[in-house]
Amino acid sequence: MKTKILLLLIVLLAALAVGAVNAQDDGMVPVDESVTGDLEVFSWWTSGGEAAALQALFDSYAASFPNANIVNATVAGGGGSAARPVLQTRLAGGDPPDTWQVHPGWELLGQYVDPEYVVPINDLYEEMGWNDVVPEQLRDMMTRDGNIYLVLAGVHRGNGFWYNKPILDELGVTIGETLSVDEFIAIADQIVAEMPDVAPLCVGDSGIWATAQLFENTLLGVLGPEGYRGLWDGSVSFDSDEVKQAMTVYGQMLDYQNSDHAALSWDQAVDALMEGRCVFNSMGDWAYGEFVAAGMEDNVDFGWVSHPGTAGSFMVVADGFVMANGAPNEAANAGWLSVIGSRPAQEAFNPLKGSICARTDCDRELFGPYHNWSMDSFSADELVASVVHGTAAPADFQQAMNDAVTLFVVDRDVDAFAAALVDAVAASGFTEAGM
Amino acid sequence: MAQTSFANETVLRAVTEKPLRQKWHPEQIQSFLFLLPSMLAIIIFVYVFIAVTFYISLSNWRTAVQDWTLREPLFATYGDLFNNTRFQIDLRNTIVFTLLFILLAVLLGLMLAILLDQNRKMFGIPLFRNAFLFPYALSFIVTGVAWRWIFNPETGINLFFEIFGVNALLASQGLDPLKPGWATDPSVVLQVNDALNVIIPGASDWRVALGIPVALIPVAIAATWQLSGFVMAMYLGGMTSISQEVREAARIDGASEWQVYRHVIIPMLNPVTISVVVILLHTSFKIFDLVISMAGSGPGFATDMPAIFVFDQMFKGTKPNLGTAASIIMLLMVAVIIIPYLRSQTRED
Repeated sequence: MKTKILLLLIVLLAALAVGAVNAQDDGMVPVDESVTGDLEVFSWWTSGGEAAALQALFDSYAASFPNANIVNATVAGGGGSAARPVLQTRLAGGDPPDTWQVHPGWELLGQYVDPEYVVPINDLYEEMGWNDVVPEQLRDMMTRDGNIYLVLAGVHRGNGFWYNKPILDELGVTIGETLSVDEFIAIADQIVAEMPDVAPLCVGDSGIWATAQLFENTLLGVLGPEGYRGLWDGSVSFDSDEVKQAMTVYGQMLDYQNSDHAALSWDQAVDALMEGRCVFNSMGDWAYGEFVAAGMEDNVDFGWVSHPGTAGSFMVVADGFVMANGAPNEAANAGWLSVIGSRPAQEAFNPLKGSICARTDCDRELFGPYHNWSMDSFSADELVASVVHGTAAPADFQQAMNDAVTLFVVDRDVDAFAAALVDAVAASGFTEAGM
Repeated sequence: MAQTSFANETVLRAVTEKPLRQKWHPEQIQSFLFLLPSMLAIIIFVYVFIAVTFYISLSNWRTAVQDWTLREPLFATYGDLFNNTRFQIDLRNTIVFTLLFILLAVLLGLMLAILLDQNRKMFGIPLFRNAFLFPYALSFIVTGVAWRWIFNPETGINLFFEIFGVNALLASQGLDPLKPGWATDPSVVLQVNDALNVIIPGASDWRVALGIPVALIPVAIAATWQLSGFVMAMYLGGMTSISQEVREAARIDGASEWQVYRHVIIPMLNPVTISVVVILLHTSFKIFDLVISMAGSGPGFATDMPAIFVFDQMFKGTKPNLGTAASIIMLLMVAVIIIPYLRSQTRED
């Protein structure tokens, strides 16, 4: 009898070991039927492609944890503008969801780590071996005092510069691997001269972040990755000559924008590009989803290049999930985080979301030409943090920068713009605190 | 009122005679007990919350982490607030919007009321009365979304300029087509900065253009559409209470219909006008939903309002001290209007 039990145990252990090896082979999180109960996932992924991508994560989770039940708590509203107040109220009231969607950087550290709404997940990173596949510059954006707090599901590249290829072909213009500010201005002048009805630059700033993002990309293009990082650690001041130079370039670019920019949202600006009412658009690669949805073909109907001057940098706009402090169902949530960080789940999620994996070992064949280009950039280039998407600076600075941009778009006062940002840095004090 | 005179009496007695034993009528105790829950609720949920809001506006709490320590110097956040270009623009917008909106709403409401008053007996008048009043029953959000489309430069009334050939006519004269940007127009007309420069040196260098932001005009029109029916109903109620004899007397004295309104009815409606203006004023000072759904903050904050500022600072910027400071200023603005009005109303009673 005893030998039988021992044998059975050995067989079981062997099976487990084989299972574990298998799990490492295909990267899938091993099935665990002991995890039960509800898991509340709070996000603002409600639009078509986003909801489908979120569903892919849910499906991956259900495959590994068949007995747990996901409660999908999405709140509609672009960029989480409607969701965040709801979340803040719940967190302040001590009623957190198990996990919620967060951008890395200050949004994570300032809004959730400092008030102790989330707990570190170093063990999970160790256990899953993520320290080897998630780039260090990316992990730094989620780490404070040696503790890491976020699992990313995917990464968008924020410094894309999209263009209407047929129009440029008509003008006899070919865009190479990179584009400089001067080259852009030369092309824009040519468009103005030869096609008076077409605006060189498409902007849809009814949501001000879209033009703020044009500004942050221009900052990166003029200052370069080192100088741009210096803005956030305090070594470069917002009233330095380089920054004022970037503001001047931003103003120059705005001179080329479509006259109805204030009436359009960012996606309507992409529509305007596709219709040929304007030519270039500076936007993160969620714009790629708009081109695909409209049936446009890569490198035939539209093309892309890094925002002028930003080749060699990758502006990170990433989404991830956290472990709530006092999560109602901690076991289910640990499972959730291990799933979204795993390769198979990210390979299912990202092609639908239009982003790339937040790890460097995903199967490239699953992605189209644009995303392969973006993956090259992700693994080779400098990763820098976006302020518009909450990573490079805290929310109060982000708000102050949006306000300053709103004024600058109309009055183009470089000195007042610089002074407002210097004041905002001082009032926020984030450069001393450090990320 | 009754309570005050009762209190005065006891004070008087206390001074002149030897103190009497306070006698509480059972009804008084009963009414006090009935009032107690709502009094407590109001004290906690209105006055205590105002006090807490004021305290936060003086504190160092300017991130997601609560910080209840007081700032040095105490009113520094208010200094930041009034130095904030966006808030300065918001104050300008509130003043301009309020003037435009109240002027339009009161005039239109009064005009509608006179028209209906003139034709009281006509067939179908109740239909018109209800039609004019109907927008008041809608939510500001609905109004905002509808008027957003009406004033959209691509889809709205600009299409009429095409349909009715206005643009074709202009084109035949070699002129540019008429295509106003409406709520997306960032320009500020009738600027007085340079004129002010004479009185306040440096005014022409201010970043805030003092004038009428063009984008605010469509918003004022939408607000007028919503509330002029309410103004009409108020005036119509007032007109009904004026007896026919007064009108007859004026007519016998040889007054024309216009003169009857100009010199008799409208002066007699002064209390109604005051009530209407006070109600519209506090609506205007606190306006949020109409603007956020119709135009948002607008280009260069042309349609931004203090309430939107509060929302952005509190929930997007997570800067509670700045957001609460702005809401205290809004409260003061409304209080300046409401408190004298309430005092005069209670004195009349």
